[in-house]
Amino acid sequence: MNSSSNLINALFIFVLAGFIGFEVIRRVSPLLHTPLMSLTNALDAIAVVGAIVLVGEHKSELATIFGFIAVVAATSNIVGGFFITDRMLKMFKSSRPATKPVAK
Amino acid sequence: MTPEFAGGQVVIEILYLIASVLFILSLKWMSSPTTARHGIWAGEAGMLLAIIGTLLRQGLHDYHLIAIALVLGTIIGVPLGRVAMTAVPQRTALSHAFGALCVTLVGSAEFYLRTPDISRFMMSVLSVEVILGGLTVTGSLMAAGKLQEILPQRPLTYKGQNFVNFLLLAIALAIAVTLVLNPGQRSLFPFMILLALTFGVLLIIPIGGADMPTVISLLNAYAGLSASAMGFVLDSKLLIIAGALDGSSGLILSIIMSKAMNRSFTNVLFGAFGQVQTSAAGAEVRPVRSATPEEAAAILSAANRVIIVPGYGMAVAQAQHKVRELYDSLTKRGVDVRFAIHPVAGRMPGHMNVLLAEADIPYDRLVEMDEINGDFPQTDVALVIGANDVTNPAARSDTTSPIYGMPILDVDKAHTAMVIKRSMNPGFAGIDNPLYYLDNTLMLFGDAKAFVGNIVRELGGGHA
Repeated sequence: MNSSSNLINALFIFVLAGFIGFEVIRRVSPLLHTPLMSLTNALDAIAVVGAIVLVGEHKSELATIFGFIAVVAATSNIVGGFFITDRMLKMFKSSRPATKPVAK
Repeated sequence: MTPEFAGGQVVIEILYLIASVLFILSLKWMSSPTTARHGIWAGEAGMLLAIIGTLLRQGLHDYHLIAIALVLGTIIGVPLGRVAMTAVPQRTALSHAFGALCVTLVGSAEFYLRTPDISRFMMSVLSVEVILGGLTVTGSLMAAGKLQEILPQRPLTYKGQNFVNFLLLAIALAIAVTLVLNPGQRSLFPFMILLALTFGVLLIIPIGGADMPTVISLLNAYAGLSASAMGFVLDSKLLIIAGALDGSSGLILSIIMSKAMNRSFTNVLFGAFGQVQTSAAGAEVRPVRSATPEEAAAILSAANRVIIVPGYGMAVAQAQHKVRELYDSLTKRGVDVRFAIHPVAGRMPGHMNVLLAEADIPYDRLVEMDEINGDFPQTDVALVIGANDVTNPAARSDTTSPIYGMPILDVDKAHTAMVIKRSMNPGFAGIDNPLYYLDNTLMLFGDAKAFVGNIVRELGGGHA
């Protein structure tokens, strides 16, 4: 019983998060689609938490080795992803004074 | 899972909740360039909290190994964050591969830890996780290889290709069903992974460079969905949310890209766009009008309104900084210069914007297709730099054209269209462009960077 209610909870969260994602990302300016992709990629690397647990719990050799590689791969995405997104966004400058928000 | 909610557990869950909120805010702030950098800070803070929360968990003892992995990942991540802006598409593809690799490995480890005592539902989600993850790993590596030009960019097709691909996927799914019904058959699992990995390779082989924006977005969606599936397996709400956000982002971008090419997903994945070039080549040679840099400079300096249309060719020639010099020297003369950005120009969504922003062109000069298309008839000069198919008027009128129906930039409606191009060879999709033969079109033959540099020198504003 417990596991099936967990499952329903998880489905609720998935569907609602998907809707939020749709609504939020629909509003992202096409100007920023490249940094958007590198940012979501960095956020997606949150999968590192699952990998950290595998390494830390050390339940089997295989799990530890897989977990270790997974942590390395995800961490490189986190670091590289945030880093390059920041570099990109720094480049976007307006010709108007910085204090004025963009029209519309 | 835990019968009683220990105090430490509550703290961890709250940290995860805050991280989820920060992730959503992070994406929300990406809506405008003025707030976008807050988005990064929110994302970084969320990530940090989530990792701290995870390290606080009970039952972890090997912190040493975790630390080594984190440091190693950072060492690899830093150079990946420092690549040149022109290499961003392949870097993005590579990071999709890394993300999916993490998900696939964790899924595989969980499989061996949990089977045979695993619920049917859990096994189904786990199969989704590793099949989607596996095909994204190799598919993204293939895409990165094509973008880096390690692999041939031309689509490779053979007879029965789609049949073979579907067959592989079907076998992988059949194994998944078998494992769901009978999780004890652990020896089947590696074959399922192997099939998913092979499917990823075969899926990208027939895809040409011009379709890369759609394909990268689709791989992005797969990476997100597999991470979300991993959240189901690990019962991690944070992971479900982050995966769903990433998945919907990839999906929205894929929809925008395929609309901008007037094609369906299935058509992109199974249509092998580029193969038309063989039939299109060998068309009769028609006369074109060409001009020298001096003539081009004279026409540009006499203009009031100029729209520059950049394409992948500008990226290849690394011409964005010369284009910026041209922009400066024309703006100084009082010419109104704007840039028309087609959604699929380049090799990934937003590619042109990043390159032009890198060259310090203000972002309010970069205008989307739908907003600028009505302005072409009042424009004196439309200067096309390294773009081809997105300016092809055949997409509007010629029902036999492979790109018929694709929304294009109405460059041909400008008083004068000038096209910088290496030669008269057809573009990436191999489709002849009637724009080049119009009376109001001038062809500027040469390397984009060198030609724009020559125009700037003629205008007297260059450094050369």
